[in-house]
Amino acid sequence: MAETPDRGARGLPGGKPKYSIFSLARNAASYHQDWQRAWRAAEPKAEYDAVIVGGGGHGLATAYYLAAVHGMTNIAVVEKGWLGGGNTGRNTTIIRSNYMWDESAAIYDHALKLWEGMSQDLNFNVMFSQRGVLTIAHSEHELREMSRRVHAIRLNGIDSDVLGPEEIKAFVPTINIDPSIRYPVMGGFLQRRGGTARHDAVAWGYARAADDLGVDIIQNCEVTGLRRKAGRIEGVETTRGFIKTPKVGCVVAGHCSVLAAMADIRLPIASRPLQALVSEPIKPVLDTVIMSNAVHMYISQSDKGEMVLGAGVDKYNSYAQRGSFPVPEHMIAAAVELFPILSRLRMLRHWGGIVDTCPDASPIISKTDVKGLYFNCGWGTGGFKATPGSGHVFADLIANDRPNAIAAPYSLDRFQTGLLIDEHGAAGVAH
Amino acid sequence: MLLIPCPHCGERDEIEFSCGGEAHILRPLAENSITDAEFADYLFLRENTKGVFLERWRHAAGCRRWFNMARDTVTHEILEVYPMGALPESDAGKKAYKENWRRKSAAEAAAKPSKSKPSGKGKKA
Repeated sequence: MAETPDRGARGLPGGKPKYSIFSLARNAASYHQDWQRAWRAAEPKAEYDAVIVGGGGHGLATAYYLAAVHGMTNIAVVEKGWLGGGNTGRNTTIIRSNYMWDESAAIYDHALKLWEGMSQDLNFNVMFSQRGVLTIAHSEHELREMSRRVHAIRLNGIDSDVLGPEEIKAFVPTINIDPSIRYPVMGGFLQRRGGTARHDAVAWGYARAADDLGVDIIQNCEVTGLRRKAGRIEGVETTRGFIKTPKVGCVVAGHCSVLAAMADIRLPIASRPLQALVSEPIKPVLDTVIMSNAVHMYISQSDKGEMVLGAGVDKYNSYAQRGSFPVPEHMIAAAVELFPILSRLRMLRHWGGIVDTCPDASPIISKTDVKGLYFNCGWGTGGFKATPGSGHVFADLIANDRPNAIAAPYSLDRFQTGLLIDEHGAAGVAH
Repeated sequence: MLLIPCPHCGERDEIEFSCGGEAHILRPLAENSITDAEFADYLFLRENTKGVFLERWRHAAGCRRWFNMARDTVTHEILEVYPMGALPESDAGKKAYKENWRRKSAAEAAAKPSKSKPSGKGKKA
């Protein structure tokens, strides 16, 4: 496992003015009319050294690390919609690294360590709040399973504390620990280093830092074909013309199968809706993240005061970016039993993303049969927490044409070798 | 909420059903030999269409029987529902069936019984 990940250039080496209390004061004095654009609206060039398809958190992180760590600045990110408008803009912002298997511990904790330094590295406040993530056990079986899980997590040097019902009540005053409810709180495990971050901010932070290093970020540019010749990638066909490049990294989440089919590549992915909702803002009542597998709910409170809630995926494939009502209805019923304080809250906004679920609930970070074509997908319901780690190792794979020790287990060929990394238990989202 | 026309019970809310995923996945027979890689493809690879997709559904809270469905994964429109064991009749359904990579896969070719008959008496079904 990496001890101190190489974060690349710190601050803004490309010349962009840094954000600080002084720049805020200066700009306030000039009525905020002189802020520099966070990133250019770049026109696509005819050719690049690498093209990243997908302008979400993972894609922008990949581009940033390609430039900052590997010195590849003549690169572009192409995004069919608007930056961060896919799953990066639709998740419930939970960050943690308490997964069971060694391979998972490696990548998720690599990501968590990068989160811990991100606001400084990118000179952008991503509002990373290590308020803890507490997963509740609701039965004897879950308590035993949790105990095994905690041991595995700790053996990998990752923090995980076991709490009993009284300790949980002290940590989360609004929770209902009445033993007679349908799914009683029997205990839980807490990762104190976990928490939340502002999802838009991580996309914007990486975009600004990548743009500062010379990366072109091209929005409203949809890839319509992956041009190949003699088993090697030649470039990407887009709605804004053909772009020649020897390296293409596809990191488009729910649309990965659509992209893969353009190169006659088949994936083991099923794209499902994952819904989330926020309530009206209220005074602070919850200062941690609660997850429950049995009742299919995870909840936190945003800095604006909104309760942010999510549940399991809808049970059938969809690219509609919306799910159907029974899923949140089911989730809210469980949430209200655990947190009676929610019973009269009005829900303000509700939306869905397209999650690329994988048979073993672990991602695919892989070379393909086409030389120079790389795929990073299959993060399913748990991609947001991995954003910096995913980008960091994917950049390494693209730059060096071989996966590093963290990425190697996630190769597409594990479905042939049988070396699956089954993290359905840790995924925390039923699917 | 999908309103699903169960062939046996009529239109019901989606919560009465469970979705069985991609339809028309034929299991290779034991006596046919395909490579491990081809078997892995059959087991793990999935069609994940953006558009008309063929799925199998079960009316779990009703008649509990299986049937097939052609559904658009973008608009959620249900184009047709057809019996388990049958093939789609709509043009879009037929196209989706024909273009699925499994039609050309080794596993599907191995799903048909081999030509040679076993020796000994064969009972009539």
